[in-house]
Amino acid sequence: MRIMAQVCMVMNLDKCIGCHTCSVTCKQTWTNRPGTEYVYFNNVETKPGLGYPARYEDQEQWKGGWRLDRKGRLTLKSGSRARRLLSIFYNPNLPTIEDYHEPFSYDYAHLITAPAGTNAPSVSMRSALTGREMNPTWGANWEDDLAGAPARALDDPNIVAMQEKVKLDFESVFMFYLPRICEHCLNPSCVASCPSGAMYKREEDGIVLVDQDGCRGWRFCVSGCPYKKVYFNHRTGKAEKCTLCFPRIEAGLPTICSESCVGRLRYLGLVLYDADRVLSAAATPDSTDLYEAQLGVFLDPADPEVVAEAERQGIPHDWLVAARRSPAYALIARHRVALPLHPEYRTLPMVWYVPPLSPVTDVTAAAGYDESDPDAVFAAIDALRIPVEYLANLFTAGKVGPVRDALRRLAMVRAVMRAHQLGQHPAVEPADVGLSDDDADDLFRLLAIARYEDRYVVPPAHAENAGRLLAQHDLSGCSLETEGGPGMGGDGPSGYDAGVFHLTRRDADEPAVTGRDQRGRLHLRVDGGPA
Amino acid sequence: MSDVTGFQLLWWVILPYLALATFVIGHVWRYRYDQFGWTSRSTQLQEKRLLKWGGPIFHYGTFAAIAGHVIGILIPARWTAALGIPETAYRWFSAGAGTLAAVLIIVGVGVLAGRRLFVARVRATTSPVDWVALVLLAVVIVMGIAETVGVGLLGHGYDYRQSVSLWFRGLFAGHPDVHAIAHAPFLYQLHATAAWAVIAVWPFSRLVHAWSAPVWYLWRPFVVYRSRVAARPNEPGTSGRRWRKIGVHY
Ligand code: HEM
Ligand code: SF4
Ligand code: SF4
Repeated sequence: MRIMAQVCMVMNLDKCIGCHTCSVTCKQTWTNRPGTEYVYFNNVETKPGLGYPARYEDQEQWKGGWRLDRKGRLTLKSGSRARRLLSIFYNPNLPTIEDYHEPFSYDYAHLITAPAGTNAPSVSMRSALTGREMNPTWGANWEDDLAGAPARALDDPNIVAMQEKVKLDFESVFMFYLPRICEHCLNPSCVASCPSGAMYKREEDGIVLVDQDGCRGWRFCVSGCPYKKVYFNHRTGKAEKCTLCFPRIEAGLPTICSESCVGRLRYLGLVLYDADRVLSAAATPDSTDLYEAQLGVFLDPADPEVVAEAERQGIPHDWLVAARRSPAYALIARHRVALPLHPEYRTLPMVWYVPPLSPVTDVTAAAGYDESDPDAVFAAIDALRIPVEYLANLFTAGKVGPVRDALRRLAMVRAVMRAHQLGQHPAVEPADVGLSDDDADDLFRLLAIARYEDRYVVPPAHAENAGRLLAQHDLSGCSLETEGGPGMGGDGPSGYDAGVFHLTRRDADEPAVTGRDQRGRLHLRVDGGPA
Repeated sequence: MSDVTGFQLLWWVILPYLALATFVIGHVWRYRYDQFGWTSRSTQLQEKRLLKWGGPIFHYGTFAAIAGHVIGILIPARWTAALGIPETAYRWFSAGAGTLAAVLIIVGVGVLAGRRLFVARVRATTSPVDWVALVLLAVVIVMGIAETVGVGLLGHGYDYRQSVSLWFRGLFAGHPDVHAIAHAPFLYQLHATAAWAVIAVWPFSRLVHAWSAPVWYLWRPFVVYRSRVAARPNEPGTSGRRWRKIGVHY
């Protein structure tokens, strides 16, 4: 048994209002530079829909992730290593900018320079690639709130995979939002696809990163990731990806998308897992068993044997304490309401989702059911082919059972709490869905009223190692302090200065504040660690 | 070497050695100073229909041409003779294989150059030094093809192994035969000159990607882990480079 710790995220889809705040704050933090205009480390998709880049979920088209070969061994979907090297001059599986969208800005100067006239001047769109005028035809949130769905949404790979014909007419339509970041997979196919070995998974917290100095622009990670969460910076010629805001995580802070989430639906916590079991789980023969197989890789942080072994293997004590408090582990393994996104890609993704109950209750309400009667909702969940089957295509490789169980637990919590509030006797018991009363209470707290410190249980990286961590990431200046980066002290090609971002350790009695010093450099105080 | 003029000495000895020195020092400098800029600068994101044909055809043709140069320039004629390969057989092989490589390259270059010139998205990604390198490379290639096809296959042939090769190998041996190259046909002189120029700009252009061919990928484990290792923190403002960028204060 080789115990590793992973920072894991869970998102409760019932609460996502599709406001894109997470995408915007992420963009402001990481990808507001030339070359990354089209890059969304975090994006929010309306489902059903094609997603971003278009139809990224169809691995028969893009060949991302892993598959089993004829002997049942794990191989990359795009073929052998030699095959990738031979096709290095042209990667047959790479999306082009049309599959994302041509980045653009506006010709704002025209507002000022336009000659006097009777009509107010208007700005036109300019491509960030060529500087020419352009018209957009597709984009990251082109299909927000089902815009254009009658024409396009039926091409959603999760719908194409369904047995039954889906109708998207007004009465039977359903939708929800799916916020996505990099999954920081346990078996990352992006890392496995990188010929230069520039991508890596961090041993301490499992964050998957691209070494910007080591990347040679061979662009196989972009096609290798089935979630298309590695992007190619068209200015620098290097791959970039979601970093899980590692400078914040190291400081014990949640990622910026979590911090700013309006719906407060994101949870961050540690999950302990047995690294020796990862490959066999990823090679599970039947893809519908991958969800359970991945659960089997996780270790119970409350199990004294696991704790003793983890301490022996050098996982710090405070990390084990944090792992016991982890909301992610609770939602995933203890209450089993969170599910992995597309486990059939065999990357063992580590951003899990509580499936949305609302589209189900909406449809049942439309069919005359009463939401307050959980029996009816249960019956409806069982009877509904859509969207349970749709959700199963997203979260369990098509196996309906786990999705139905998760939805029933969510419905139970609602029914019990509703009855409780109204002083009635609940029509269902937690035991009906396989939970104890304490579990149900814990689930209610986590889902409904969890506070900041309960939603984000992120232990800071060990401060005595912080300098080394930073050195490892070439960050003693700033991650953005590179050619093309805004941290170039004002000398970047883009001509703006993000200041320099410094991590310093906070002494116990100093207040936790960030601030600027006399030279205008931003200082972030970090908790913890021996002085 | 009594009849060598000062100009010939400059052109065929001093400049080539300067180019060679620039090549070596430039690579060391770039590798240590600019890992971040060391990339193939792929433009597949911008355009893929033309690259699909141009990229592979050009590269495979180039590899064939490089192999041909190694045989033709670096291996002396007496070695092949010693192996019992008659001069005419060598000539035919060189012209035949050379023509095949030439056709591949010219098609590849045609597609890639057209793409770089006329596809606005691709053109916008080209830095000035890349323009220099690509134009010089195009000159080398067109001249080389004129030699292989025009002279070697269709013309009456020219034994470059008795002139250009002697001079080229001599450069590495320390006594370049200026006379041999100075009296070679103009076509060969231009080819050699542009080649030296490419060598000189190589370390500063995207061509450095050629040294990073990731063959090691075939053997390494699939998933790479990195962990906190004790490392000296980088000097501030250098992102780990041993040399500081001139004029940047921090
Ligand atoms: C040794 C292994 C090599 C590898 C793996 C390699 C790989 C690549 C790749 C991936 C690209 C980018 C294609 C794209 O736009 O997506 C590229 C472009 C290019 N390579 Fe290579 N290359 C190699 C050797 C060479 C050599 C020896 C030369 C020339 C002497 C060369 C000349 C070029 C040129 C000129 C381009 C730009 C093509 C364009 O205009 O788009 N390469 N190479
Ligand atoms: S989701 Fe993230 S870790 Fe997983 S394959 Fe894609 S980029 Fe790699
Ligand atoms: S900020 Fe939160 S609620 Fe808004 S779109 Fe993102 S995940 Fe959904």
